[in-house]
Amino acid sequence: MREDLQHAVKLARIELSAEEEERLGSQLGDILKYVDKLNELDVEGVEPTAHAVPLTNVLREDEPRESLSHEAAMRNAPKTSNGLFIVPKIVE
Amino acid sequence: MPHTLTISQLTDKLAQGELSSREATQSCLDRIAAVDGQLNAFISHDPEDALAQADAADAALASGKSKPLLGVPIAMKDVIAVNGHPLNCASKILGDFNSPYDATVTEKLREAGAVIFGRVNMDEFAMGSSTENSAFGPARNPWNPDCIPGGSSGGSAVAVAADECIASLASDTGGSIRQPAALCGCVGLKPTYGRVSRYGLVAFASSLDQVGPLTKDVRDAATMLGVIAGEDKRDSTNVPEPVPDYIAALTGDVKGLKIGLPKEYQVEGLDPEVKAATEAAVAKLEKQGAEVKEISLPHTQYAIATYYIIATAEASTNLARFEGVRYGARVDGASPEEMNRATRGAGFGEEVKRRIILGTYVLSSGYYDAYYLRAQKVRTLIRQDFLNAFKEVDLIASPTTPTPAFKIGEKANDPLQMYLSDIFTISCNVAGLCGISIPCGFSVSGLPLGLQLLGKPFGEPDLLRAAHAYEQATEWHTKRPKIG
Amino acid sequence: MTYEAVIGLETHVQLRTRTKMWCGCANEYGAEANTNVCPVCIGLPGVLPVPNAEALRKTALAGMLLNCDVPSYAKWDRKNYFYPDNPKNYQLTQLDFPSTIEGFVEFEFGEGIERVRINRAHLEEDVGKSTHFSDYSGVDFNRAGVPLLEIVTEPDLTDADMAYDYLNALKAILEYGGVSDCNMEKGQVRCDVNISVRPIGQTELGEKVEIKNMNSFSGVRRAASYEIERQIGVLREGGTLVQETRRWDDAVGITESMRTKEDAHDYRYFPDPDLMPHTPSEEWIAEVRASVMELPLARKQRLMADYQLPASDAEVFVGDAALGDYFEVAAKGAKNPKAVANWVMNNLQAKLTETGGSTADLKFESSAIGELVRLVEDSKINSRIAQDVFSEMFESGKAPAVIVEEKGLSQVSDSAELEAFCNEAIEANPGPAQDFRNGKETALNFLKGQVMKASCGKANPQMVGELLKKILGS
Ligand SMILES: [Zn+2]
Repeated sequence: MREDLQHAVKLARIELSAEEEERLGSQLGDILKYVDKLNELDVEGVEPTAHAVPLTNVLREDEPRESLSHEAAMRNAPKTSNGLFIVPKIVE
Repeated sequence: MPHTLTISQLTDKLAQGELSSREATQSCLDRIAAVDGQLNAFISHDPEDALAQADAADAALASGKSKPLLGVPIAMKDVIAVNGHPLNCASKILGDFNSPYDATVTEKLREAGAVIFGRVNMDEFAMGSSTENSAFGPARNPWNPDCIPGGSSGGSAVAVAADECIASLASDTGGSIRQPAALCGCVGLKPTYGRVSRYGLVAFASSLDQVGPLTKDVRDAATMLGVIAGEDKRDSTNVPEPVPDYIAALTGDVKGLKIGLPKEYQVEGLDPEVKAATEAAVAKLEKQGAEVKEISLPHTQYAIATYYIIATAEASTNLARFEGVRYGARVDGASPEEMNRATRGAGFGEEVKRRIILGTYVLSSGYYDAYYLRAQKVRTLIRQDFLNAFKEVDLIASPTTPTPAFKIGEKANDPLQMYLSDIFTISCNVAGLCGISIPCGFSVSGLPLGLQLLGKPFGEPDLLRAAHAYEQATEWHTKRPKIG
Repeated sequence: MTYEAVIGLETHVQLRTRTKMWCGCANEYGAEANTNVCPVCIGLPGVLPVPNAEALRKTALAGMLLNCDVPSYAKWDRKNYFYPDNPKNYQLTQLDFPSTIEGFVEFEFGEGIERVRINRAHLEEDVGKSTHFSDYSGVDFNRAGVPLLEIVTEPDLTDADMAYDYLNALKAILEYGGVSDCNMEKGQVRCDVNISVRPIGQTELGEKVEIKNMNSFSGVRRAASYEIERQIGVLREGGTLVQETRRWDDAVGITESMRTKEDAHDYRYFPDPDLMPHTPSEEWIAEVRASVMELPLARKQRLMADYQLPASDAEVFVGDAALGDYFEVAAKGAKNPKAVANWVMNNLQAKLTETGGSTADLKFESSAIGELVRLVEDSKINSRIAQDVFSEMFESGKAPAVIVEEKGLSQVSDSAELEAFCNEAIEANPGPAQDFRNGKETALNFLKGQVMKASCGKANPQMVGELLKKILGS
């Protein structure tokens, strides 16, 4: 797999087998070659579209809504203790 | 055989007391027991819960209540949250996740009295066009079980086409409702971006996703849209546009409606049978009084590249939350990072990994401008193409797919070829339009073909009117596959 | 060669709102772990954010208080990084179009007034809180999604004390505006410090060192002062500095390098597709601007000029804004505002502390303290009686003049009446009277006390003294 793609794999935190890495590497290479098509276009001065609808100022008032019960919030957790979501030790 | 009924037929019978919701629901459950072993449309379903909802609907019916979907069994794509039901997105990574909340569309279905049952199959996280990318095995096309049913909402289309439910709710990011509807011979509607709340729809690509129905006819699609559309304060991208009476739009009259045929849609690889069926369908609409003219969408050839950059970029960060901390099937590791990597490596299927990596890549330092920003600009050009075209026409007609359903496994190793088959459906999401696929014939080998109509933003009434008029003049939608 | 330090600060402050930034969960400290959480703020699949209007208002207000512009377009971006306390594994923030930009903070430093430019004050969301145990960590998401204001200075600060004073001034401003409670114990203020040094006269900046996540201002001061010394030391010894992130070890009093992985910094910012831009209208901005109040430094200067208060009194009223507001109303039209200030700072505050109340709970009119001062100044009552009148005002809310009238507390200044009291006191206490005659000055105080007692405190103490002297001396 190309180095720049390996960087993306690292950022995305996805463990790949050697075989997967090779296959995905070549497929992604093809796809990236295909999307280079966009370089044919002159996009100078074109505004980017981030949203499909032109809405602005969608806000909510600062009013409380009922939260989830603690039980419901934790019920899908792989590991809990003392009301906390437990993860492997964080070392900074 | 209540499971074969449409929504309107069933609600009539329920209202007249000819049938109970329990009978209709039981009929769907029996049908699933009979055919789903072969089709694999359902990932899971809970008969007891479904029948309890049906009994509640029957009680409401008995007390004289009337609601648009009261007692109607609706199957849910496994990407829409239903409180107390599993939510897997057809992925291993969610483990035994059980949703503690309802999506807004789920609430709206409940308010309308629907019996919400079953988790239907799909491509993992809605990424795919064949429902082969499911951790629960591929769904199969009821017209030919060797073929794919389309995707990503393959299970929804199969469940409707094979009469395992009355209608189904699904999502469409680049054709995920319309394409399987076409390949399975049912009706699939993708509403305008912002028309239906996305709250509770597990995001694939936030700026492209939209919830919509798969149904047995156009009237049912109109009914479903009327129920799920509307303002939602929990979705900032939801447009507070009033919801028109979509049933009232079904006048059967298309006189004066202008339909555009994009000249750029004569693409390489367009199957001659598909082409012929589309032309025949357009000719039929013309005969019914519609005006047909050629239009141009000059940036069509850039739509797929644009879509795959934007969709994967958004997906790469939308799916970052699946890392084993708060929910899902964790694979342990010595540090959070190792745990994340192992969990995601084991939990995601290959297509999902491919897209997350691609999306991460196009956003990463040094590539953002070349890929992501450029794609956003081309998106503007594509949207402009359509807005210009819609100054001249009311609707745009095309095939839904370039070919009928292909064989399972045929394109599995060539993701790019798979992406290219989305050519007709993708622009609708990129531009934020509405679109529908309706049955318009069969291939020689007996596989259904779909006609796609695209409408301007919030142009669902015209879209449904034309689709309904065509449907009234044809019999395609009444055909059912023979299974088993 | 002499070196100078260049310091920039990024300060994160939790906004004071009822609910979180994107959901209706309470923005509240100290609840049981994972009880102020919902599908949105623990990042369940399928959820969407909707911005809290009040957080945007408070952000604009903070910007105005920091002399920033409020642009007519702001948008939201995703900052992508994995961390167990980050529920979506991206943080919503404002990258290139923040809600407020380009302001400054002025504060007293040494003898003068210092100005630090503010690059921006933008809105983002807080993350959860991790607790570390011996072989695992636990996460509480109550704090996740709390609105967080990030205030970024230009690199205008030149030493550790200046950074410290800037932070205190910033805190005072934000507290003053009601933008944040800035409670350090509750972790409502956190700071990243960027430090570089360069030879004096050099214009380009040296290699920047970032010290992250400081949660006390004195820590910032110590860390900055250590780090400046360290950097200068490295350069003096001919070494080179690298751009890096360092951690402050408060116990040992040193900074140490954090070996961060290179790719950790590729945040892949992009516009959030779930959130629409904020384009505040002129009216919206005007509405927020109407709630802009005077800043602490400006107020201090005005209190000193308008009421002839000493700096220390003005600081008391700036430090306790409600008390300051109360003082200004009470002192309106007062001949002697300093006396009013004394009453407010001493007697009133003592009473309030005693009862645990606030100025809002007071039963008497705010003008009453001014009246009370005038009664003393006009010798209508003496200051001893004034204390009693004040207690009565506090209890009943009656006006001071009414209390004096009702209780007959008017000062007795009638010489005949006072002379009678004096004679009685001398007769009853021949010993002390004799002592005074023998030259023991203090004996007069005893007699004076007896007169005051006999008159129930109403006697004019000055006149009593004079009268006693006259009688005893004759
Ligand atoms: Zn919440």
